Amino acid sequence: MKARTARRHVREGLRNLRRNGWMTFASVSAVAVTLMLVGVFLTVILNVNHIGTTLEKDVEIRVLVDLTATKEQQRALKDEIKKIDHVTTVKFSSKDQELDNLIKSMGQDGQAFELFEQENPLNDTYIVKTDSPDKIAPVAKKIEGLHYIDEVIYGKKQVQKLFKAVSVGRNIGLVLIVGLLFTAMFLISNTIKITIMARRREIEIMRLVGATNNFIRWPFLLEGLLLGVMGAILPIALILTGYNVVYNMLMPKLAGTMFTLLPFSPFVYQIAAILIGIGAVIGMWGSVMSIRKFLRK
Amino acid sequence: MIELKEVYKTYPNGVLAVNGINVKIRQGEFVYVVGPSGAGKSTFIKMMYREEKPSKGTILINGIDLAQMKNSKVPLLRRNIGVVFQDYKLLPTLTVYENIAFALEVIEENPKTIKKRVMEVLDLVKLKHKARFLPTELSGGEQQRVSIARSIVNKPKVVIADEPTGNLDPETTWEIMDIFKEINDRGTTIVMATHNKDIVNNLKRRVIAIEGGKIVRDQARGVYGYES
Repeated sequence: MKARTARRHVREGLRNLRRNGWMTFASVSAVAVTLMLVGVFLTVILNVNHIGTTLEKDVEIRVLVDLTATKEQQRALKDEIKKIDHVTTVKFSSKDQELDNLIKSMGQDGQAFELFEQENPLNDTYIVKTDSPDKIAPVAKKIEGLHYIDEVIYGKKQVQKLFKAVSVGRNIGLVLIVGLLFTAMFLISNTIKITIMARRREIEIMRLVGATNNFIRWPFLLEGLLLGVMGAILPIALILTGYNVVYNMLMPKLAGTMFTLLPFSPFVYQIAAILIGIGAVIGMWGSVMSIRKFLRK
Repeated sequence: MIELKEVYKTYPNGVLAVNGINVKIRQGEFVYVVGPSGAGKSTFIKMMYREEKPSKGTILINGIDLAQMKNSKVPLLRRNIGVVFQDYKLLPTLTVYENIAFALEVIEENPKTIKKRVMEVLDLVKLKHKARFLPTELSGGEQQRVSIARSIVNKPKVVIADEPTGNLDPETTWEIMDIFKEINDRGTTIVMATHNKDIVNNLKRRVIAIEGGKIVRDQARGVYGYES
């Protein structure tokens, strides 16, 4: 395409936006509302997802070995655990290491334990990980059936509930987002249809004098693109500030738990890019849909 | 050169508009297409600039078969065919100059050539002095002259006119006909559908009469032949 032609298309696209002032405003607002919801959903879902994967990685089975087990028997037990399906790693942690970890995890309070000169009451422990979080419970069950087991500890129901909630949340969010996107596309497509109606005669004449379909299409494509991108600006601004506020508010409260939010940067910039991208795509798609029937034959 | 061989056209609603037309039009000819309303004239005209596609048969324009032509090639065809309508089809927001230039802009002609060509055709239709007027500020005859200027601005070999004088009074009609004659004298083929008995009988040219989707008469220097 020649530079002159490109400039013409941009000029025409902008002129259309201006000429249909209120329709432009209406569809930009509609896109803005939609992308706002999409943005919030995305932010929440991605954070839930993030928390989910952090938890998934952390989930492990702690097998407390019976105190009476000899070294030989412990080794045999380890081999047996390894043989269970879906077990990926089995790590030994002696009772002294366990005590160290316990003391460390308690921070300042833990220092008191260092004065504690008694026999270590903890068990030698095997830390077992599985290849997928939903295998935790069945694997744990199997381990419980082995010999020389004092106790098998894992998140049990809480963990499973959380996983279920996370995956349900993900799916609901996705469905909603897809629905919203279609709505926005429909709105953009409608706006452009109106601008096309207003320019029907012009299109007819363009076709008569030999303009190619692409030539006719470009201004409308740019118009759709601009509608989409303009619609993305407000949601991005709101999410940027909103996330900052929420992040600063929640992070101190979450300190010390295993929950963390995704860090402000680059996360919000990724969201911004996604929203602009979605806006642009639905804008152009909407315009392609609505101009198609005027360019048939 | 235009050649139609065994051309049929049935519309999706079942109407048989063109029922086996065979005709040859040589480069530089001036042809009137006459016939009662609903005889298939319009379909015949529309097929020549491929607004309609024949259901059967071939339409050759300069050796290219319009029936086989891909949709994507239609714009290229249209650049070699000028089309004039009864209702002028001018853009009301553009000036006379811009309306004519539009035809060259959309085919991405360079601005220098556009200016030169537009001034040439404005001169031909004698509207140079109204170049900056809007179509609404012109008379019907003047608007049709703008439309003709636009149709020839990219030097087509053929100009197809569908009732170009249908909305004009007799005097203006002759102004328009003089322009068509001038264009024809410069070597451009003209195919004109018309209901105007007066012009057909006075400016004698080849007459093709269509009735019931068939050519019923084809005379070298014919007459209108219907009561109007």
